[in-house]
Amino acid sequence: MTRLATTLKSPSQAKRGAPRQGLWHEIVKSRWAYVFISPFYILFAIFFLYPVLLSVYLSFNEWNGLGPMKFVGLANFERLLDDQVFWQAMQNGVILFFMYVPIMTSLALVLAVILNSKRVHGFQFFRTLIFMPYITNKVAAGFTFRLLLTTNNGIVNLLLGVFGIPPVPWLQDIWWARVSLSLLIVWAWLGYNMVIMLAGLQTIPGELTEAAQLDGANPAQAFWHITIPLMRPVILFSVVLSTMGSFDLFAEIQSLTGGGPMRATITPIVYIFGQAFTNFRLGAASAMSYVYFAFIFILTLLQVRYFGREES
Amino acid sequence: MLVRTRLIRLAVNVLLYGLLIAVSAFMALPFLWMLSTSVKPADEIFGIPPILISSRSSLSAYFYLIEKYNVLRVLLNTFVVASMATVLQLFFCSLGGYGFAKYRFPGQKLLFGLLLATMIIPFAVLMVPLYLIVRDLHWIDTYWPLTIPWAANAFGIFFMRQYISTISNELLDAARIDGAGEFGIYWRVIFPIIIPGLTSLGLIVFMGTWNSFMWPLVVLKTPEYFTIPITISSLTGQVGRTVWNEYMATAVLSILPLLVIFLIFQRRFVEGITAGAIRG
Repeated sequence: MTRLATTLKSPSQAKRGAPRQGLWHEIVKSRWAYVFISPFYILFAIFFLYPVLLSVYLSFNEWNGLGPMKFVGLANFERLLDDQVFWQAMQNGVILFFMYVPIMTSLALVLAVILNSKRVHGFQFFRTLIFMPYITNKVAAGFTFRLLLTTNNGIVNLLLGVFGIPPVPWLQDIWWARVSLSLLIVWAWLGYNMVIMLAGLQTIPGELTEAAQLDGANPAQAFWHITIPLMRPVILFSVVLSTMGSFDLFAEIQSLTGGGPMRATITPIVYIFGQAFTNFRLGAASAMSYVYFAFIFILTLLQVRYFGREES
Repeated sequence: MLVRTRLIRLAVNVLLYGLLIAVSAFMALPFLWMLSTSVKPADEIFGIPPILISSRSSLSAYFYLIEKYNVLRVLLNTFVVASMATVLQLFFCSLGGYGFAKYRFPGQKLLFGLLLATMIIPFAVLMVPLYLIVRDLHWIDTYWPLTIPWAANAFGIFFMRQYISTISNELLDAARIDGAGEFGIYWRVIFPIIIPGLTSLGLIVFMGTWNSFMWPLVVLKTPEYFTIPITISSLTGQVGRTVWNEYMATAVLSILPLLVIFLIFQRRFVEGITAGAIRG
């Protein structure tokens, strides 16, 4: 009973009570909220804050994980400037981005609009099928694509052969390997992007496009002048995620191309991983990870700024 | 006139279905070929003409994997890890989400900002130091590094906060008047209401952990403790032995359990994925 009384009184007390002891009183009063959110901050301290600080420290050292650490100042960063493979990996990320993001994003949008328009039957079937690759683990997907794209007697080359196209060196040529990787990424991620676009479309009231069509606009015009502008935030979200994804491809690379041929498909994350866990250059890997982070961060910021402005 | 509009409509429909069918074929081909190769005898895998369903089909690749590489054990490992991660995240993230959604307390904005900021840092930055921590804790070849560090994470808490903030405060106040404690309110009032949201988040977490590759590759060293993506990559990494029917059989086994879960809970799964994207 007393408990009930205090809980019922407390809100009014907080308003009228002495403001001087207000903060402490508020903290004690909300102690349960702190308890409920505390697991995050405990794990944050151990598995986030400490690692972040540790990797800053590591980036100024040379260390193979065992034995003594050697402080080298900025040497890791200086060496990074001349590390051609690292910059090649960054460049590969940019190239891959331009190879698959425009195609995947526009295809996802077009498919979403078609499925959302109710003009076609089998909505459920198409959505499920197109979405299925997303739940497939990317290692299995990569190896399957390696089988499909085998140069000699691989099924894709045999199918192309039916149309008289000579065997394509899918994984042996620098550019074809990038094409193969793009195919895998579009296969794996199209459904995810389409589902997001579909959800975005469902927030647009149907009357808007209908009204436009009554005013004489054809469906294509309605798409350009109504759907696209209203979908801008969703498209931005999808493009920003794909940008980060392009530099962060790992399982897809390991299983399909192994980073080759001639490092044409190595991504920054694959390179950093190799430096850390194959060559045990822990300091260098940490330095790279910060340069990589700074790059992604600025890129994301620019995208949001650039796209976000026209919206408002 | 009528004939013309009809013709145009027909042409548009042919175009739309044509695109959908082309995309569907592209999506289906890898699955079909994976399945077909996994039951083929080795000499037919690159046969000309290609064979979809071999007359000599057998499950021998599957049996070989089970006997030689203990794939059932690996699947069990993967299931245990994914379930553990899911249960822990659902509990701690919904509790955290409840804390942020239904209380006003000093420092709330700052703490929430800090939580969101953790989403900006890519895993590449954490990978090396996390490995060192795991090594020093003697957690190599255990499931702790795959489940504990993210038991309460920013995405999950953010997701659950959005979900819980739609619950009316009057309901909570009513429970308070009935004498329920703050944790009691979470457990008896909030928890039953948010089960759909928990299902959505749980599916995302389960799938993410099941398919996770890079981090398990760092912390799992012994084949006995592998999760399925690591087993696939280690099988195919063996030099001098390329056995596509075995590779494809592991691929099939790695996908099948998730596929069943996905087909049952498809609606909730899609809801979860889009909730993060559209509201966020």
